[in-house]
Amino acid sequence: MLSRAAENLFWTARYLERAEAAARLIEMGQRMTLIPGPGRDEWRSVAAVAGAAHLFEDEERITEARIVEKLVLCPETPASIRYCLNRARENARAVRTAITAEMWEALNDGWRRLEMADPGAANRELPAIIDWVKTRAAVFRGASETSMLRTDGYYFLRIGGLLERSELTLRLLDVKYYVLLPETETVGGGRDHHQWTSVLHATSASRAYHHVYRGDFSPWKITDFLILNQRFPRSVAYCYNELSRYLGLLALAYGRRDHCHMLAGEMVARLADVEMGELFQTGLHEFTTEALQHNARLSAAISRAYHF
Amino acid sequence: MFNEMSGEDGVTRSAYEGVARWIDETGVDALLLKTEEAEAIFRRIGITFAVYGEGGDPERLIPFDLIPRVFDAHEWRRLDRGIKQRARALNAFLWDVYHRGEILKAGIVPERLVYQNAAFLPEMIGVDPPGRVYSHIVGIDIVRTGENSFQVLEDNCRTPSGVSYKLETRAIMMRMFPELFQSLSIQPVDDYPDLLRKTLEEVAPPACKGDPTVVIMTPGSLNSAYYEHSFLADRMGVDLVEPQDLFVDEGRVWMRTTQGPKRVDVIYRRIDDDFLDPITFRADSVLGVPGLMQVYRTGGVTICSAPGAGVADDKAVYCYVPEMIRFYLGETAILENVPTWRCSEPDELSHVLANLGDMVVKEVHGSGGYGMLIGPKATAEEIEAYASRIRAEPADFIAQPTLELSASPSLAGGGIAARHVDLRPYCMVGADMRLAPGGLTRVALREGSLVVNSSQGGGVKDTWVLSE
Repeated sequence: MLSRAAENLFWTARYLERAEAAARLIEMGQRMTLIPGPGRDEWRSVAAVAGAAHLFEDEERITEARIVEKLVLCPETPASIRYCLNRARENARAVRTAITAEMWEALNDGWRRLEMADPGAANRELPAIIDWVKTRAAVFRGASETSMLRTDGYYFLRIGGLLERSELTLRLLDVKYYVLLPETETVGGGRDHHQWTSVLHATSASRAYHHVYRGDFSPWKITDFLILNQRFPRSVAYCYNELSRYLGLLALAYGRRDHCHMLAGEMVARLADVEMGELFQTGLHEFTTEALQHNARLSAAISRAYHF
Repeated sequence: MFNEMSGEDGVTRSAYEGVARWIDETGVDALLLKTEEAEAIFRRIGITFAVYGEGGDPERLIPFDLIPRVFDAHEWRRLDRGIKQRARALNAFLWDVYHRGEILKAGIVPERLVYQNAAFLPEMIGVDPPGRVYSHIVGIDIVRTGENSFQVLEDNCRTPSGVSYKLETRAIMMRMFPELFQSLSIQPVDDYPDLLRKTLEEVAPPACKGDPTVVIMTPGSLNSAYYEHSFLADRMGVDLVEPQDLFVDEGRVWMRTTQGPKRVDVIYRRIDDDFLDPITFRADSVLGVPGLMQVYRTGGVTICSAPGAGVADDKAVYCYVPEMIRFYLGETAILENVPTWRCSEPDELSHVLANLGDMVVKEVHGSGGYGMLIGPKATAEEIEAYASRIRAEPADFIAQPTLELSASPSLAGGGIAARHVDLRPYCMVGADMRLAPGGLTRVALREGSLVVNSSQGGGVKDTWVLSE
């Protein structure tokens, strides 16, 4: 297929996944603000995970209205839902022939909604907007699942989406571990617990987690679940396994393996091997930082291998 | 004014009986509601044309009128023959002017109209495109002024657009009103993409061995016709490329793919000549594929339509098409031209200037309904201002009488009203000539307006050709 088409599919999926991630983060932020307490600034954590902390540097306390302004409606902030949805749509529009009508309709249906929403209304309708974004992403994934030929285009789409999804999970963990808890609170306290469960909420994992660990919400178990669980579709291990599988299908289709295959394989092997205790020993932050760098290297290697 | 549905005597014409019954049974209110439903579908599917930089919605819907325009089989047979005849003559003319120029030597078409035409490309002299086809998709705009009176308004030999609307309006009509298609014998149109692909494959270059690789080349997703480009690529199952996806190497054209370079044989380009190849045409252009023309000239790739084909669809050259048909085919034109005065001729110029108030004057190189004077609708000042433009550069203008364009019942102004229509059929020219039944019917939805261009508030409607 055209390299540009492959690139556009890869980025359509990434941007859509990123838009959904932003929606989930904001939902998590809202949930966390429901717990009373002094000196709280949950929205700053949300901004940090979204990679948008710099936008709020001068603000003593970030309000929900500011989050809506910057992370939902702003057309220029790369972390905002509107920016990501626009980019997803632009990328898809540039490859209308490589996606199916159903996929395009999923992106195109109501695409100007955020453009037309005024900030006041967007604040009032925030939950509805978040649901709408999640629905767009779900409909798009569902449409691709049921309407797209299983050829290279599908693999590029999936690879982009999985790479981005592992990114969000890693960022969430990173921020939770270092930023979220005010110094006055104790690890394992009520707020800590609420925050960890909020992370599970943000990844749609509460039920799934409960099935695996029952009521035990200890940080290492949650971390174990989100990084190493092989069956949970938002865990880093799951994303990498799938990613690696699709890269493998590409290699099979093209009869050629590349540096990107090796990089993906390395991460899969690492995640299959690592013990939670060991991971906490060397430091979760070190692990996530390294994993995020690995993601970036992999993304660049995929571009190189397929000429985009 | 001829009414397509009720004819000259006010009696519903037989071709329209099914439509008339349907309108009666459905009722205007229900049809108006259905219009909203159709627009919602158009919007969701993204059938839009892009107008950037004019404010408002950058991706506009083309107004869609539910009431179809109908031809019976007999009417269509004549149009079909007339259109193919014209497409044949236009291609013969193009081959001639880039070779021996016999029609010019015979004094039938003035040389300056060809050699001084901006669309004439000296680079094309002596080039032999496969099958001698220069214009592979000929869009011929046709108006009707009476029961048996069809006239050609203009020819489009470069990249006539709109065929996607023709196919999409049909798809929407079938989706919304299946009962119409069950009860009436309406000829299908959805094989157009297959016919187009076949046509493009037939003109593969001499260097192509085996199955030709066809692509559509678009300037990109900001182009106003991008929807159509992607639509056609999708329906033909070919790659939609932008110039930067292509490159020239070892005398052939290649596209960049995930598996490395892949050879391209036929390019259905939807970009202008000027932007095809920065080496040959515009060094300042960042668009284009450097070296493309050299590959084309040596038979390594086919460009559809051929560069320089625009010299045949000039509004001044248009006047000579009936003569071309006689000269090249030895036939009489089946479809008439609209009587046209050439302001370049002193006698005709004075006639035009004396009668401006009754005429439609067009710029020879203009398109899209811009820059026209519609005499009967213009004020005295407008007429005077236009007259001085004509006097300054007479050769840039042609004039035609204001035609009583036929009107077709349409949903407009909150009810059903007669609105002027034209028709653009698409004739495909490869080894064979192919014409899908019907074409794109454009309708001037503003009351009294004669301008059907989408850029001027025109809409579209489905076009039916009934079977015998």
